[in-house]
Formats: sequence, structure tokens, C-alpha cells
Amino acid sequence: MSDTLLEVDDLRVTFPTRTGLVQAVRGVSFSLGRERLGIVGESGSGKSQTGRAIMGLTPPQAEVSARKLAFDGMDLLSISPRERRALRGNRIAMILQDPKYSLDPVMTIGRQIVETLRTHEKVSKAEARERALAMLQAVQIRDPARVFDLYPHEVSGGMGQRAMIAMMLITGPELMIADEPTSALDVTVQLDVLKILDKLVAERGMGLIFISHDLRLVSSFCDRVVVMYAGKVVEQIKASDLRDAQHPYTRGLLNCMPRIGFERHPLPVLDRKPEWAA
Amino acid sequence: MTAAIAIEGLEVVFDRFRALKGVSLEVGEGQSYGLVGESGSGKSTLLRAITGLVPIDSGTITVNGKRLGKTRDKAFYRDVQMVFQDPYGSLHPRQTVDRLLQEPLAIHGIADGEKRIERALDEVGLGNGFRFRYAHQLSGGQRQRVAIARALILEPSILLLDEPTSALDASVQAEVLNLLEEVRRRRKLTFLMVSHDLAIITHMCERLMVMQNGEAVETLTASQLIGHRVSEDYTRNLLRASEGFVRTA
Repeated sequence: MSDTLLEVDDLRVTFPTRTGLVQAVRGVSFSLGRERLGIVGESGSGKSQTGRAIMGLTPPQAEVSARKLAFDGMDLLSISPRERRALRGNRIAMILQDPKYSLDPVMTIGRQIVETLRTHEKVSKAEARERALAMLQAVQIRDPARVFDLYPHEVSGGMGQRAMIAMMLITGPELMIADEPTSALDVTVQLDVLKILDKLVAERGMGLIFISHDLRLVSSFCDRVVVMYAGKVVEQIKASDLRDAQHPYTRGLLNCMPRIGFERHPLPVLDRKPEWAA
Repeated sequence: MTAAIAIEGLEVVFDRFRALKGVSLEVGEGQSYGLVGESGSGKSTLLRAITGLVPIDSGTITVNGKRLGKTRDKAFYRDVQMVFQDPYGSLHPRQTVDRLLQEPLAIHGIADGEKRIERALDEVGLGNGFRFRYAHQLSGGQRQRVAIARALILEPSILLLDEPTSALDASVQAEVLNLLEEVRRRRKLTFLMVSHDLAIITHMCERLMVMQNGEAVETLTASQLIGHRVSEDYTRNLLRASEGFVRTA
């Protein structure tokens, strides 16, 4: 592991609701080098809100606080929105779950990629097009020139997600946050997309935060895993040591999924303890 | 063993798109049969064709020895019930659980509703306390339990399950799968279950059919699949994919 890219210390995200304040993220701390970190948890565990807070995409009514939230030594909570915006999509990028919703439906894929690039770098239109085509090639789209002029609804889910990855990587970010990047895809396509992501992250030496509900997938992809429950980190563990996980929640998550070749009837279920959330 | 569901050369065509291209299968009484495939393989269309939610172009469907015509009679819907994928979409948002469970009873003119509702809720592990709640007051797992209760309340012999757990968290999925297995054992139901997840199908079903592009790729028993005794490359690919990501050096 190299130098620290991102430092998160005691991150909290609070939403005002009719019935009072709800803390979606309650004191999350971790640091990230140029490595692959997985954040795993069930719906409502605060994993996505953690990713969004780092990205600066928390809804305006919510409040983000932290003892430290620093990217490359820069305090993300004290810089101006303008500086934050310059960072977003440039040095920090985010891949969202479903390309059907996260790509602009009325803009061709090529134009969206070019727009990202020209927002952050001064390049000519011709050069931007060249680089977009090269990037589409890098995410293994066979006929980049054709896909460049297609609209998102004209491509498959796997192709759309590749285009999304191309768009996010074109500015050469140092930190990539991938929020359930493959859960909307078919299993076989899922592996193709992960392979591409893995290769590009390794080649470019990026830091990656991979947010997912699928503990087994994350552990096969990441170096380290942060397990979240009810807004808190219950366990941080090296992916290779996951078999020796200590926390009953982590163990429960690993155990409760049916596996081919392991007959268990009935499946073990999670016995949620109130003290996990304490 | 008599066949609970027998399908012969089933074709479903939407405009010019052939969603099912002559699929045949046979599910024995009390069996649990799985359909596996990726999106667009036609697995859900097959279930919908049985219930009459999509029109059939050619081929025959026989349920409990009776060949289905263009329309299905009330007795059919009493015998065959379906649980849908998304419990957030399949329950009426402005009806209480009680009202939701009354509906099938009213349609079929069943008198002892009170008792049946109590028993159905009990059976899916919800209890009477949930009876007058709305769907939005329930978690995803509880909603799917209500959907299962609604399917069971008419005491069907066949349950069609369309990805019943894919909208749920892994731990909740385990609970719902356990519930389905228990219900099947107790009531001796026949299951026809659709999923994209090979692990779930091998866990739940004795036999399964792998589908791709509206066609059957191959038919296997669960133990053949577990032992990797498969003959088609496509099935092998699916098996490999379900084992997770493997980094190639």
C-alpha cells in the first residue's frame, strides 16, 4: 500500500425528517491508499451515503460532518463548492448502479464523454473526440466510432456501463467510487465489466472504493473490505482473511447465501442483535 | 408420477419478436422446478404464459391434466398462484394487508375468510399484528411474506415464483427462501421458480432448465449441476460466473 489518498475520520451524515434527525452514517472511519477497498452492507446501512459524502453529492437538506475528510491532504469539508466541483469528475469520479438512469437519455454517448473531458481540460473538439474514442476502445467496446453516436437507450446494459466507466476514466481520476457498478447487469456481463474495471484501476494506479451489497463478490475483487451495519463500521478486514471474520454480522452475511455444492436446509439466517447497532 | 404442469412446444411472439421458441417441459406433482437464465431468456415470459398474462402463439399447456384454452376458469386461478419479483410493486399501496388478503377470497366467494386470513398470516410468520398495516409500513421481506400469504390463502397446489427474492437483501433472502421451502413441505406444493441465480435454483429445486434467447439450453437435475456434469458451454459459463470474480494474473 502506498501513501494515503483519502482519509475519513468520524464521518456522519444526518437527515432531517418529520420525526426528528436520522443519522444515516454514524461515525465511519477508514483510510484509503492506491488500493481497492470494498464497502459492504445491506440496504439502509449507509454505504451509499458514505460514498456520496466523499463525492460531495449528499442531498442539500442533509448535514455532513467529520473530524477529518481529506482527499490528498485537502480538507473536503472546508473547500468552496466551486473547488469541490472542479474535483468531481476530474480527480474523484463515481460510477453509478444503473446506466439506464445515470446516463443522459437525450445525449449521445460520445457527446457525454466529450463533455466530461472538456469541462475539466482545455482540449480542442477534435482532440476530445479522439480521446473519447480511445477510451471507448479501452473499455473494450468493439466499434467505438459507432457507439460514439448512439444514445444510451440504443445500447445494452453492459455496454452502457462500459460507456459510463469510459466517461469516468477519461479525466484520469486518482480516486474512483463505484456504487454497485454491476448489480443491474447479468452475471456473465458482470464479470466482463469487473475485468475491465480491474485492469484499468491496476494500470492507472487509482484508489477504488467499491460499494456493494454482495460480500462474496466484493471479497473476490477488493484488497480490503469495510463491513457496515446501521450506519457504522462493524468490521474492517483484509479480503483474504474474510473466512476468519470475527463479527457475527459479517459471518452471517457470508453464510446466509445459498452456494452451489453446499446443501443447507434451512439456510442459516441472521439473528440481528440490537448491540450491533449501538 | 402425474405431471402438474406439462408444456409442449410453447411459442410466444410479441409483434415480430419471438420471446419463446418452442419450449417444452414437464413438472411432476410436488416437484420443485427451476428456470435459470439471463435477462431476455424468456424465463419470466414462460410463467406469464401459464397464468395467461401473455398470449400464446402455439403449443399447449396442461395443468393438473387439464389442457388450458384461451381463457382460464376460476378453478385454475384457485389452483395456480403466483408470487412476483418486486414486493414494492405487487402490493396495492392504499390497501391494508387485511384488504389485500380479502380480495382473492371475495373473488372466489370463500366464506371462512376471517379464519383463513389469520392462518395465512401465521403461516408466513407475520401474525395478526400486521393485519391492518399498509404496505409502506412494512419492510421488503415483510412485504414479500404478505405476497406469499396472498398466494397461499386460496390453498393452491401450484405456486409460480418469479424471482421472489431478487429485490431483497441477502439475509432477508435466506428467510424468505426458508419460508418457501417450509410451506412447500407442509402443503406438498408444486413450485415453478424463475431466477437468474444458479445458486438459488440449485438450493430450491430438484430439476432445472437453463434458458437462453427464448430456448431451452439444457435440462439438468440439481445434483448434475452441483457435480458440474453439464454438457453445454453456456451453462458452464453461467456456473463460472456464479463463482465470483477471479483475477487473472
